[in-house]
Amino acid sequence: MSVITLQVDGRDVAVPAGSTLLQAIRAAGLSVPTLCDLEGLEPVGACRLCLVELEGSQRLLPACASEASEGQVIRTDTAQLQGYRRMAVELFFAEGNHVCAFCVANGTCELQDVAVAVGMDHSRFPYQYPQRAVDASHPRFSLDHNRCILCTRCVRVCDQIEGAHVWDVAERGSDCRIVAGLDQHWGEVDACTSCGKCVDVCPTGALYAKEDTTAEKHPHPERAGQLRRAREQRQWTP
Amino acid sequence: MARTIVIDPVTRIEGHAKITLQLDDDGHLVDSRFHVVEYRGFETFCEGRPFTEMAGITARICGICPVSHLLAAAKTGDKLLAVAIPPAAVKLRRLLNLAQITQSHALSFFHLSSPDFLLGWESDPARRNIFGLMAADPELARAGIRLRQFGQQILELLGGRKIHAAWAVPGGVRSPLRAEARDWILARLPEAQATIRLALELHKRLLDGPLQQEQRLFGSFPSLFMGLVTPEGLWEHLDGQLRFRASDGTIVADGLREDDYASFLAEAVEPWSYLKFPYYRPLGYPDGMYRVGPLARLNVCDRIGSPWADRELTEFRQRSGQVAISSFAYHHARLVEIVACLEAIATLVEDPELMSARVRSHASLNRNEAVGVSEAPRGTLFHHYRVDDDGLLTKVNLIIATGQNNLAMNRTVHQIARAYIPDPVPAGVEIPEALLNRLEAGIRCFDPCLSCSTHAAGQMPLAISLVAADGRVLAERCRG
Repeated sequence: MSVITLQVDGRDVAVPAGSTLLQAIRAAGLSVPTLCDLEGLEPVGACRLCLVELEGSQRLLPACASEASEGQVIRTDTAQLQGYRRMAVELFFAEGNHVCAFCVANGTCELQDVAVAVGMDHSRFPYQYPQRAVDASHPRFSLDHNRCILCTRCVRVCDQIEGAHVWDVAERGSDCRIVAGLDQHWGEVDACTSCGKCVDVCPTGALYAKEDTTAEKHPHPERAGQLRRAREQRQWTP
Repeated sequence: MARTIVIDPVTRIEGHAKITLQLDDDGHLVDSRFHVVEYRGFETFCEGRPFTEMAGITARICGICPVSHLLAAAKTGDKLLAVAIPPAAVKLRRLLNLAQITQSHALSFFHLSSPDFLLGWESDPARRNIFGLMAADPELARAGIRLRQFGQQILELLGGRKIHAAWAVPGGVRSPLRAEARDWILARLPEAQATIRLALELHKRLLDGPLQQEQRLFGSFPSLFMGLVTPEGLWEHLDGQLRFRASDGTIVADGLREDDYASFLAEAVEPWSYLKFPYYRPLGYPDGMYRVGPLARLNVCDRIGSPWADRELTEFRQRSGQVAISSFAYHHARLVEIVACLEAIATLVEDPELMSARVRSHASLNRNEAVGVSEAPRGTLFHHYRVDDDGLLTKVNLIIATGQNNLAMNRTVHQIARAYIPDPVPAGVEIPEALLNRLEAGIRCFDPCLSCSTHAAGQMPLAISLVAADGRVLAERCRG
């Protein structure tokens, strides 16, 4: 296996060729906030929280979806990046209806954690208060579009791990939303195996078990990676 | 020239309100109104949400008695699931409500109302509060604060936090009681009992001494009283059935189920207040005025069912009548209820079933409509939900204790104003501070929580206005 070396925030790091910048950052013992990225799922660069600066380039790169190259010099924690990350998180809160007080995911929500990590104490953008529905037609699970940040983890886990491909993204811009089947009520989609993987990996309270009440959601985002390792490497222990 | 006196805002109550006193052309008092000037609209914005969220959402209406909404929402949820919750969950919910009533009544008596009795109606308003009480009688203030802490701490031991713990859920409660928590309750009970004994002795001395006039003039009038009782007619705070009793002792209606509330309760709306005016439907509006809360619960029950509380109830009735009609007796009733709560807590924590690990029944939606009820510290609380087949709310109706006392609060303000303001009011009169305070104190008898009752937020300052017949405000006094 060939190895490449690069520099992250002044630290030299060596990673296998084909690694992403995010893997290189983590190999260097550093971290950047992420929401859409999840071990076991193909990266999409949807949330833009892991943007990093590449020396010699004007363009910011999503670390999760960018391949590391030999000799790159990466910066992950500049004032510009901190500002953009906080802005991105504020926009997540402003464009949906995120009410932590009675959310099922309060306390286990990755969006909440990221807001704390980037130092967000309020949104500088006006809240949009969109009129969004709750799809509670499935017998075991519910989808609350108010809390969806369109990270597409559910879309990917259902397609790439479960193989059912129940979920897709419909519409454009602020109308963008997750749809089940051919834009059907979730409970009407025969392809759904009710495995619950989408609920396990959802970073917010958008997907949850019906019985969950305030702060009762117990997400298992690690399961996507465990299943991938079990399937591809025959490795069944976490 | 006719005018109106305005008290805006009313202080030391939960929420925002004002009082207006309407005078005619000759300066005679013709009307007094208690206006609730805040609005939140919880019922509407709950629509479309899953019913499982209602305990969490409605508990956020108020930080004083979130438990009452939590329990009413959870009980309504039980009915939508159509499950019988485990016996331990029934008892744990009862323990939660008893602790809630204890802490809320302690807050009302020690923090909000006792400064009037102990420091005097005419004392400096800047010191007529819990801090003034701390300076005047530090031991009593400390005991009162620790009694409230006792109740609050039980809420935290059960639900993990003192306010807004979403611990009661459709089907039961989230977690059993730990042995250490039970031991803490047992260890602190004697101190709580000693404090309430002290408070009762003190209050009874005041009732027999300097507070006799207040008992006659603070909202003393006949009305109906409503509250939960057990099937045997004993004092009840969470389960049981509803009873109406009239001031002459007659049981007007008994064995009523909360599911049928619309058949015996109706709500009127007045353009000058955001707080609706519920009334007993068979008697119409406003003749169907009824009172709820500690006074009503003591009036509707035959007895409490525990020895010390029953002795106190007997003495309460000897002082205030077999059916106490003075709203000032709410204060005494709160203290008697704390005794009842502490005795019930003592019995519950000795019950081995309370410690069972099976505390939640699991089911999916089985009904589309349900009504739940709990006795909040301030009175009977109804939650009524309709849901679609997916469990999403299509209709929410919340009937709050303070709203049910609305007619009686208005009558109380009028009675106090009639007794204390000069008749006629001379032109250009300044409203005396003592009147302002007595009008507020009349409202405080009910310990109203306007945040809940209008489903609105905030602490409660008072405003009083004196308004002329042509609508001009002649005098105003405000406290915020």
